[in-house]
Amino acid sequence: MRRLNWERVASVLLIAPSALAIAIFVYGFIGFTGFASLTKWDQLLPDFTLVGLHNYQKLFAHPRFQIDLRNTIVFTVLFLGSCLVIGFLLAVLLDQRIRGEGLFRSIYLFPMAISFIVTGVVWRWLLNPGIAGAGSTGVNLLFDKAGLGFLKWGWFTDPTVLYIHPESGVGQLLQRVGLGALANPNFGMSVGIISVVLAATWQMSGYTMALYLAGLRAIPDELREAARVDGATELKILRHVVLPLLKPITLSAIIILGHISLKIYDLVVAMTGPGPGFSTDVPAYFMWETTFEGNHFSRGASIATVLLLMVAVLIVPYLVYSTRTEAEL
Amino acid sequence: MTMQTRKLIGSFRGVRWSRLLIYAVLTAFALFYLMPVYVLIVTGMKSFAEVSLYRMWNLPSGLHFDSYVRAWFGSPGEFRGLSLNFMNSVYLTVPATLISAMLGSMNGYVLSKWKFRGSDVLFPLLLFGMFIPYQSILIPLMQTLSKIGLYGTIPGLIFIHVVYGIPITTLIFRNYYAALPTELVEAAKIDGATIFGIYRHVLFPLSMPGFVVVMIWQFTSIWNDFLFAVTVTGNPEVQPITVALNNLAGSFVVEWNVQMAGALLAALPTLLVYIFLGRYFMRGLMAGSLKG
Amino acid sequence: MSRRMLVSLALVLAMLLPMVANAAPLGQAVTYTIKKGDTLWALAEKYLGAGTAWPAIMASTNQKNIEDTTFAYIANADVIHPGWKLWIPSLEEAKEFLATFDMGKPELLFGKRAKGQLVVGSWWTSGGEAAGLSGMFDIYASKYPDVEIVNATVAGGAGSVFKGVLKTRLIGGEPPDTFQLHAGLEVEGYDPETYLEPLDNIYASEGLDKVFPPDLLTLLKYKGHYWGVPVNIHRSNVLWYNKKIFEENNLTPPTTFDEFFAVCEALKAKGITGHVMGSSGAWQVSHLFENVLLGTLGAEGYSGLWTGTTPWTDPKVTKALENFKKMVEYANPDHPALTWDGAAGYIIEGKGAMYIMGDWTNGEFIKYEFTDYGWTPPPGTKGSFLALSDSFALPKEAPNPENARNWLKVCGSKAGQEAFNPKKGSICARTDCDPKLFNEYLKSAMADWAVDTIVPSVRHGAAAYESWVADFDDALTLFMATWDVAGTQAALQQACVDAGICK
Repeated sequence: MRRLNWERVASVLLIAPSALAIAIFVYGFIGFTGFASLTKWDQLLPDFTLVGLHNYQKLFAHPRFQIDLRNTIVFTVLFLGSCLVIGFLLAVLLDQRIRGEGLFRSIYLFPMAISFIVTGVVWRWLLNPGIAGAGSTGVNLLFDKAGLGFLKWGWFTDPTVLYIHPESGVGQLLQRVGLGALANPNFGMSVGIISVVLAATWQMSGYTMALYLAGLRAIPDELREAARVDGATELKILRHVVLPLLKPITLSAIIILGHISLKIYDLVVAMTGPGPGFSTDVPAYFMWETTFEGNHFSRGASIATVLLLMVAVLIVPYLVYSTRTEAEL
Repeated sequence: MTMQTRKLIGSFRGVRWSRLLIYAVLTAFALFYLMPVYVLIVTGMKSFAEVSLYRMWNLPSGLHFDSYVRAWFGSPGEFRGLSLNFMNSVYLTVPATLISAMLGSMNGYVLSKWKFRGSDVLFPLLLFGMFIPYQSILIPLMQTLSKIGLYGTIPGLIFIHVVYGIPITTLIFRNYYAALPTELVEAAKIDGATIFGIYRHVLFPLSMPGFVVVMIWQFTSIWNDFLFAVTVTGNPEVQPITVALNNLAGSFVVEWNVQMAGALLAALPTLLVYIFLGRYFMRGLMAGSLKG
Repeated sequence: MSRRMLVSLALVLAMLLPMVANAAPLGQAVTYTIKKGDTLWALAEKYLGAGTAWPAIMASTNQKNIEDTTFAYIANADVIHPGWKLWIPSLEEAKEFLATFDMGKPELLFGKRAKGQLVVGSWWTSGGEAAGLSGMFDIYASKYPDVEIVNATVAGGAGSVFKGVLKTRLIGGEPPDTFQLHAGLEVEGYDPETYLEPLDNIYASEGLDKVFPPDLLTLLKYKGHYWGVPVNIHRSNVLWYNKKIFEENNLTPPTTFDEFFAVCEALKAKGITGHVMGSSGAWQVSHLFENVLLGTLGAEGYSGLWTGTTPWTDPKVTKALENFKKMVEYANPDHPALTWDGAAGYIIEGKGAMYIMGDWTNGEFIKYEFTDYGWTPPPGTKGSFLALSDSFALPKEAPNPENARNWLKVCGSKAGQEAFNPKKGSICARTDCDPKLFNEYLKSAMADWAVDTIVPSVRHGAAAYESWVADFDDALTLFMATWDVAGTQAALQQACVDAGICK
């Protein structure tokens, strides 16, 4: 009996240092950052006078931050969408007993092993549009060579923002429904961010492919055989048998890729910077610049807290859900 | 020709077309993933005279390694090479990987085989640390590191990576140990072994695959990290290679072919690990998706 | 073991190799002559047991060099030559040294002379800037031979990396003896009352208040004191033009905005870009706008924007934004992808006619041996000198304060400024330097410096705090995308309020 207690104590002691470290360096620090976001700290030396939610009011009214939020939404939607679609497509194809499957898999996955910085440096040159009069470079040059010159565009140097014009059909419709305010560049999409989506998808779609492939392989053959015997085509089997069984994987992928996309930073630094008119700016970038170059510590802390809340909304339910289901097992 | 044969030929023909299509699509995507590697390698091998942005896709006339040499050794008076920073990354990554793997193993052991009241709450609390945006701890981290004198140093970075590596290493080891039968531990307990004894004599010998997965995953993450490196180390002599590469790529003085050569040099270690130990890398990758 | 495991083990060992010592370290110090292929790293591994001990070799060699110049002086650990004589310390000495060594303090790698060191922090790592700094070091060394000068430069990001390192050292209480900063309000970002020494007595004892233009003296003061000694002056308001294009089209350099637009129109008809600009960096946009502000509001109006006497809501600011907008309409359409030197290249190659950029552009033209260019003040700015300046400051906790003060005196002296500026491509802050030492453009700049109204550049650290400049940059980046004049004007007003200057 006594030895059991000693073992209990020892096990708690063994994990205590890590628990303490996380308590301080994760939760304690998050608390400090939250506190800093409520102060007037705007220069090198801290100034802890409390100003309530003033910083947050100013932040959400700041045009650059509004664009950042917009870019984050656009980026997340496009990035998640392409990774899921491409990953699923590749997994389905690879599942067809392909010769050289191992080689293909390795090729699709290797970008995950390299740093976002390396990816950013390489893709910056690949998507460099070239200088008018001197010629195109990178992918634009490739388009020229393939006879697809009309596809050339400015990539991340293009400041265009696509939005619903008030005079267009959709714009008129929105106005009639009372949502006319949406037909405005403030609710538009910066095209420059597509370049970053492309590089990020290149890097991470192998991950979704691997997830889906593992999931497909886990589906017992009997299920598919049974459907085939019933006369279903391969496509119908895909839709009605396979896809529903892959839902947990899709959820998993959305959570993991989602939280990466919300805090994307390294790629933007190495590839595009904030871009013309902040077309490729993201909250993480704004946070670093405003804190460590502009000395606006309280503003940086508020951006960081907003980032944390966005991620928490995604992660906390997932953590709770997966801990509960594991406990039930 | 019988009806059966016709059907067989027909289905064979049908299968052949669709199989061709499948291979075509897979190859097209493979080309997409390999395209940047092609440019990376080809650019690095061009002689100084033939390097031009407007002839990016052309093959080199021969094997020249000037770009790599310049990227590694630098150009005195213009820019410094990546050699020092490569070593800094080694100093950072190797110790940090080893230490965080040990920590993760101990934690995983406790959380899987010695559950106590609250360990089921502790685990997700630990895990949350893996998902947080590091921006939300950056400011107090800098302040704390300055106070304890670790700011701007590699040991400081090692410390950071060990602490923030606790969640993922613990996760991987916990799942790994959870898959090992509890009978092993029970049998050892009956034989009179202590908590430490069981670890040393029963679990540790069985942990090799777990260690390999964790170390490969941590090696890759830490080597590739940028945010902590750029925030903590300001002095170029101390910076790891990711920061040095970014500085190289951002300056006006450095030619783009040197930047590409530098990028390849920076990516080489993790790429080699991936090529030779890819299987373990995959396991680490899957571990993070919890219910994958 | 599988082959794969073997290969991976080999890889891991290869990574660990540099950290594994296999040679016996020495008990006493030795002299060693460098052979081809040697590196400090390898030598440290051989003699001291670990490659990481190389700083000990560098430091002891440098210290030995002071006593005996047959020993090498190692300025840069990566640059050593065969035939150099090194002094490799004993293991004991090396251990003692390494116990306190800190990579963030490069001055530890250099010896100490009888009167200590002078640790100079800057980001002038290459080209004319490094040469100019060297020139000033020579003057200092001839006056104070018993001081070891340590050139502690940090490269990267046009000074942003250096500023980061410096701020950490300041807060940590271990600054260099002196460091480079832009003259003017940028000093606010270093919290001068806490970390820096006021330099009023140096100004008085060296007579600097008599030989610097009075407008400059006003610019240099923050909270009633001088915090830096300016070494050079750069001019922001210069319009460079390609002479050939102007001659072929019978045009004269414009002096007003209307004339500027007329020139652009005339060239547009011929398919030539009138106004060249690059906007890939936010600072280039702000640079152009500060010139437009000066040209539209005049010297007094412009200066008032930064002190709160001119409201940002003034209709003249609206006009400035509109002028700016029109100028960008006449610019080359690929400007988002161009850097400042790329844009200068357009003038050199005759791809455009006019380019508004600071006088460092002159250095670019000289580098490419381009001579067919002219210069004139941008529209509306004749008679004003939009200035930015590099200066040196004195931290309170400087390790060698006497040496640092002497350095500041050299910086402010006629000999020091004459040694620095011709090499850097800037002009003296003093009004009594010898014009014969400078090239054509710089001579004309010096002449203007003596008589023009001097106003501070905002983009380059003189007129406003760093945080204000960042907000200014942000507002203009957005303007380039939205072209919303009213919104941008409101944002600029808000930036002023946030900085604590406007109400």
